[in-house]
Amino acid sequence: MIEARDLWKAFGTTQAVAGVSFAARDGEITGLLGPNGAGKTTTLRMLYTLMQPDRGSIHVDGIDAARAPMEVRRRIGVLPDARGLYKRLSARENIEYFARLHGMKAQAARSRCAQLLQALQMQSLADRRTEGFSQGERVKTAIARALVHNPRNVILDEPGNGLDVMANRGLREVLRALRDEGRCVLISTHIMQEVVALCDRIVIIAYGRVVADGTPEALREHSAERNLEDAFMKIIGQAALEAAA
Amino acid sequence: MNPTLVVFLKECAESLRDRRVLLNALVLGPLLTPVLFLLLMHLVVGRELEKAEKPLPVVVIGQKSAPNFVAALEQQGMLTLPEVPDPEAAVREQRVDLALRIAPRFADDFRAGRPAQVELIYDSSRQEVRGEVERIESMIETFSRRTGSLRLLARGIAPSVATPVVIAGRDQATPQARGALLLGMLPYFLILTALIGGMWLAMDSTAGERERQSLEPLLVNPVGRASVLAGKMLATACFSMASLVLGLLAFAVVGHLMPGNEAGLGLSIGAHFVMGALLVMTPLVLLIAIAQIWVASFARSFREAQTYLGLAQLVPLIPSVLLMAAPMRPRLWMSAVPLFGQQVTILRLLRGEAVSALGIFIGMGVTLAAAAAIFWGALRLYRSERVAISA
Repeated sequence: MIEARDLWKAFGTTQAVAGVSFAARDGEITGLLGPNGAGKTTTLRMLYTLMQPDRGSIHVDGIDAARAPMEVRRRIGVLPDARGLYKRLSARENIEYFARLHGMKAQAARSRCAQLLQALQMQSLADRRTEGFSQGERVKTAIARALVHNPRNVILDEPGNGLDVMANRGLREVLRALRDEGRCVLISTHIMQEVVALCDRIVIIAYGRVVADGTPEALREHSAERNLEDAFMKIIGQAALEAAA
Repeated sequence: MNPTLVVFLKECAESLRDRRVLLNALVLGPLLTPVLFLLLMHLVVGRELEKAEKPLPVVVIGQKSAPNFVAALEQQGMLTLPEVPDPEAAVREQRVDLALRIAPRFADDFRAGRPAQVELIYDSSRQEVRGEVERIESMIETFSRRTGSLRLLARGIAPSVATPVVIAGRDQATPQARGALLLGMLPYFLILTALIGGMWLAMDSTAGERERQSLEPLLVNPVGRASVLAGKMLATACFSMASLVLGLLAFAVVGHLMPGNEAGLGLSIGAHFVMGALLVMTPLVLLIAIAQIWVASFARSFREAQTYLGLAQLVPLIPSVLLMAAPMRPRLWMSAVPLFGQQVTILRLLRGEAVSALGIFIGMGVTLAAAAAIFWGALRLYRSERVAISA
């Protein structure tokens, strides 16, 4: 369970996030949808405690991120916008490094890593150095790395970016499996198909603010459009008018 | 396992697979001191030996008027070259280094016991000729003195009467100290070795990590940034230290093969020197490691970091140049200045002189305090949001 209440963040004179509030529930995939530059990545960075909000509060499983950031980090798995791997280490070593940083013992790290490699169907890659991995292979490794400590909450920034159709389908299966295990899954995306295919709940962000929040059906009804993409365009368009006013 | 240790082990494992790191830390760095040093010694010692033994070519004008004089100079190592027309012009045009003109009246004056004149034609603005001029002057001086003594004897006077005062120089430089004059640069080379040994790792684990976009995922882990920074610093220091140890050992081996003994340069490069140098250098290695990491952390890319650290390599040169240009008596305050203290102590060890334990401990303490201060500065940088965000 991830709750954001009235988050604000400015960089210099640019107000990147201006009062974002929403909740991502356990056993659901929540999609943070918005055009490029809407403040999605900044919002996520505040959620995973890399940045501090200027105002507002974040609670993960009821724990205040401002008071206990370490405890929050233990409860979330993150696929950040930057998903660099260590290219001279193998996929397995990359994953185990993060396991050890989470304080897991060598034995536990090894068995959890083997389990993830199997779940993500990447055993054949496991002992190759990540230098020369395809985009999809890199994302898989980064996801395994994010899940290594078996977190209750998972935050993924544009997980489908740069993946081909096959890899994307594989990724969706992984995310659904995480949801079905009762975890709270929060993804950001600007790709409509990803939302349609995947999300139980959509939070639309534009100009640093939440402009709509609900199930895909509710959003369609709300904007009186049959097609979700049209609904999205209409909502964003209204937000643009309000921002200009 | 302690997160610092986890970071340390991972940085080491990753670097051991990086050819650039290995080449720098385990080959180039350690070879630097002995090879540069060997070259320098060969150049300096070799040239001195060469100068002393080589025949000295001189164009002699009017050889026929003084065959005995010329023969005496040849005995001392002069090589007589045939006459040239207009020797002044030849010297000016640098066709001839040194010409000796014997006046036609030489034989008459010599026989009559009057001072017989010879002229030396040379260009004193030419550095390389000065040594030759000194040599030919001293040859003529020797001949003149010997002849004078013989004349006095022939007249029944003891030659010593003509020498009322004698200087006997008693140079108090120990053979080690004479050698150490040439060795003034060695402490810098050792510090440079430590710098080179850790440089790639420092850049790779900071600017490189940012450039590859792996810093953000790393910092999302539930690990304090001080632990991350300490792990990176220790890994850098570890490679730097390995480089230094190899460099010192290589230097000790090369030191025994040096042509130094021919020129009377007895140097202390035994176990005592190696251990002492390692002791004073250890805190400095930590200081260098954290300073490199701190500087490289300002850079957004590997290339940028390379530029910064390239400039930083010149900093330890400052005390070396100061010590060479204006030699100072070792004082206690010097030990307290990082870089300075280590260079002074290593020089003293090299000269085989006693080093003050107090000075060493003050130096180590101050250097460690400086390392702690820079660590704090680097930590502040690492805690800022600016560093955490890669793009």
